[in-house]
Amino acid sequence: MNGAWRRWVFYALLIILFIYTVFPFYWAINTSLMSGSELFEARPWPPDPAWSNYVSIFREQPFGRQILNSVFVAVSVVLLALSLSVLAAYALGRIQFRGRRLLLFTILGVSMFPQIAVLSGMFELVRSLGLYNNLLSLVLSYMIFTVPFTVWVLTTFMRELPKELEEAAFVDGASPFVIVTQVFLPLMGPALVTTGLLAFIAAWNEFLFALTFTLSSEQRTVPVAIALISGASAFELPWANIMAASVVVTVPLIVLVLIFQRRIVSGLTAGAVKG
Amino acid sequence: MARRETELTRQRLRSAWLFLTPMIVVLLMVAGWPLARTIALSFTDANLADLQARQFVGLLNYEFLMTDPDWWRSVWNTVFFTVVSVSIETVLGLMIALALHEHFKGRGLLRAAILIPWAIPTVVSAQMWRWMFNDVYGVINEIMLFVGLTSEPWAWLADPQLSMAAVIAVDVWKTTPFMALLILAGLQMLPQDCYENARIDGVHPVTTFFRVTLPLLKPALLVAIIFRTLDALRMFDLVYVMQGNKVDTMTMSIYARQQLVDFQDVGYGSAAATLVFMIIAVFTVIYLTAGGVGREEKA
Repeated sequence: MNGAWRRWVFYALLIILFIYTVFPFYWAINTSLMSGSELFEARPWPPDPAWSNYVSIFREQPFGRQILNSVFVAVSVVLLALSLSVLAAYALGRIQFRGRRLLLFTILGVSMFPQIAVLSGMFELVRSLGLYNNLLSLVLSYMIFTVPFTVWVLTTFMRELPKELEEAAFVDGASPFVIVTQVFLPLMGPALVTTGLLAFIAAWNEFLFALTFTLSSEQRTVPVAIALISGASAFELPWANIMAASVVVTVPLIVLVLIFQRRIVSGLTAGAVKG
Repeated sequence: MARRETELTRQRLRSAWLFLTPMIVVLLMVAGWPLARTIALSFTDANLADLQARQFVGLLNYEFLMTDPDWWRSVWNTVFFTVVSVSIETVLGLMIALALHEHFKGRGLLRAAILIPWAIPTVVSAQMWRWMFNDVYGVINEIMLFVGLTSEPWAWLADPQLSMAAVIAVDVWKTTPFMALLILAGLQMLPQDCYENARIDGVHPVTTFFRVTLPLLKPALLVAIIFRTLDALRMFDLVYVMQGNKVDTMTMSIYARQQLVDFQDVGYGSAAATLVFMIIAVFTVIYLTAGGVGREEKA
């Protein structure tokens, strides 16, 4: 096989790879713009793009409310997880104390917990706190998969900050709390954005807890709403509506991921977060 | 001076524990406590309608589990799903990583494109592919008919044999990018001089791959594989949205949740959940000893 030929094969494979990754989402957009029976003809593009499906998802169910629910839950989870982790990461990353290693490994161990293993215990807890069918139950329970990850990544980051800064602040008589909040925090912008974004995505996508701890459609988050959109019968799912809702909740994520792609890749490899 | 040092150390130690307390309290509340309760409930006959009215039943739930063919079916499904999907993802991820490691026009575009499946919420991926796999109107059957791969549409999601394949295909599509990016990061950290030497010595690229790249890449590859394995063993959302509680594709997590929520049998469901936890705990210990130790020291 000569060089030019090999190059063509290589490019052909890359094009196939590109189509493979992008086509399903293209197909979702395509389907979401179909109206009536066009849906059932598997047309490669919408002959007459229609926004009616997008209008109807907001009319037929509280989809706007559900988007706000997801935003509320994900933003609260990010803020809470980050504030808990910044302090913890300073202690774990920069102070030598007995039990540090054990604690780090326990935290890593918690990040491996299968959610199903805490489901009944969490259900009991949520109910006894009176949070069943309340978004706060999700904010609370999502700590289990966000905090271990944010602590782990921020600890790695904290370790790499220059020692001199801290020492200078100490000489000036700054307390550890002042050092974290006034000296280190301003330097941690990039790390906070990356970990925050990954925690946001994890919370935005979560399904098992959201399905189990909420009941009414006013309290649902978008993944549950999209999974439970149903038509007149199980055999007549409103596919165009489902695809329209899917596109609405996915486009912002794709935009965020593309803007921050370099940072996400480094964050993923630093923490090897679950996909 | 020495006294001042110890005073400082003591102050730092005090603040270390002060800073750690909120995080530890939260983790105990959302992880430690619920896990302990799940295990405790697995020895009772608790019912979802009234969790208080419960009696200790010893190992009865576990005995029932051991004799339930549906539980064993779900264990088999989960193991099969995990082994097949992680193997395909590793090989495909490695190939994509090697391709992305080359310099070519449009590399940035392709790298961005493979992030898209990863960025799409799992529930959305499941719905998108469920529609594409639709037996009557699905585009996959449409393409297969058009190309001539088949003369009649396949019932992807209804046929017990095909439905597992369909679920695995979606998982591969969704998570291979993650795998590829992890492996790519590992590739970019490999020392370049080995390659220089191999090239100067005229070693065939394929030989270089198996003799140089693969051994050097092993640690990164291992971490990626273990992570994916742990994730696949607890699989819930993708399979649940595509297939519901169908026995053909039911995973351990789906089985446990069905008992817990749909059948309201909290005791029995907790027993299943506890077993899932124990299986994954074994893998986690392997991960912490095999992959974690090296990472901790490097960091």
